Amino acid sequence: MWYYEKKLQYPANVSGPDLAMAKYLYAQYGGPDSELSAAVRYLTQRYTMPIPQAKATLTDIGTEELAHWEIIGTLIYKLTDGVSPEQMRAAGLGDHFAQHDNALYPHDAAGVPWTAAYIQATGDPIADLHEDLAAEQKARVTYEHLISMTNNAGVIETLSFLREREIVHFQRFGETLMLVKDYMNRKHIF
Amino acid sequence: MYKPEMVKLLREIQAVDFAIYELALFLNTHPNDRKALEDHNTLVTRSRQLKAQYEDRFGPLRLDSISKYPYQYINDPWPWEIEY
Repeated sequence: MWYYEKKLQYPANVSGPDLAMAKYLYAQYGGPDSELSAAVRYLTQRYTMPIPQAKATLTDIGTEELAHWEIIGTLIYKLTDGVSPEQMRAAGLGDHFAQHDNALYPHDAAGVPWTAAYIQATGDPIADLHEDLAAEQKARVTYEHLISMTNNAGVIETLSFLREREIVHFQRFGETLMLVKDYMNRKHIF
Repeated sequence: MYKPEMVKLLREIQAVDFAIYELALFLNTHPNDRKALEDHNTLVTRSRQLKAQYEDRFGPLRLDSISKYPYQYINDPWPWEIEY
């Protein structure tokens, strides 16, 4: 089970308004390579992992992704808090406002709702871990795109932290893949 | 309104807990690394001290923390409402 702790994993501040950025940040809130996709992907795949190291890695990285989802949510919340319908409309968030007001919703930067079709769980640990390695790289580059689109110092600082986490997760998944391969080779499956 | 000391202590907890998380992910694939495990355990002790101190002054971080009457866990600010 999980317990909530009343703290973010990393501080999330915004240095003044940047409403366009709130729209783009939705890429990581409800897009294909979002923190939500990452969390659901790893926490779903973990059941069919064959070795303790892999079960632990998917559980703990999946849990960290939920904490990152909360950080992205916090940035969007702070950027959109108290913003008028007119300002939302001017920033390209008129469609969002029509359906959700100033609430958050798991859709991507273009408003496409999140779907489980973004993730896979094949039951094959080698295939699943390769998907996870790719997912971390796709999330890393998405953060680079996002950082290149804003001058907001607070947002950049937090996104830089999240980008670094993708690199660390990629490293851990790579080690996990090697451990799973060693295990499969020792098992002598013919 | 919350106090600046609350944010300062919270940021200290964030830093220690991040180091714990990073070491834990490393230990998942390197369970025999004695030095990393020592660092992990030292930081866990530090985190517990800081959280006890925080909860004493600013209220529960978790629903299974001891609370004064009335139940303090629900109190603002929630994490997305804080200026860090």
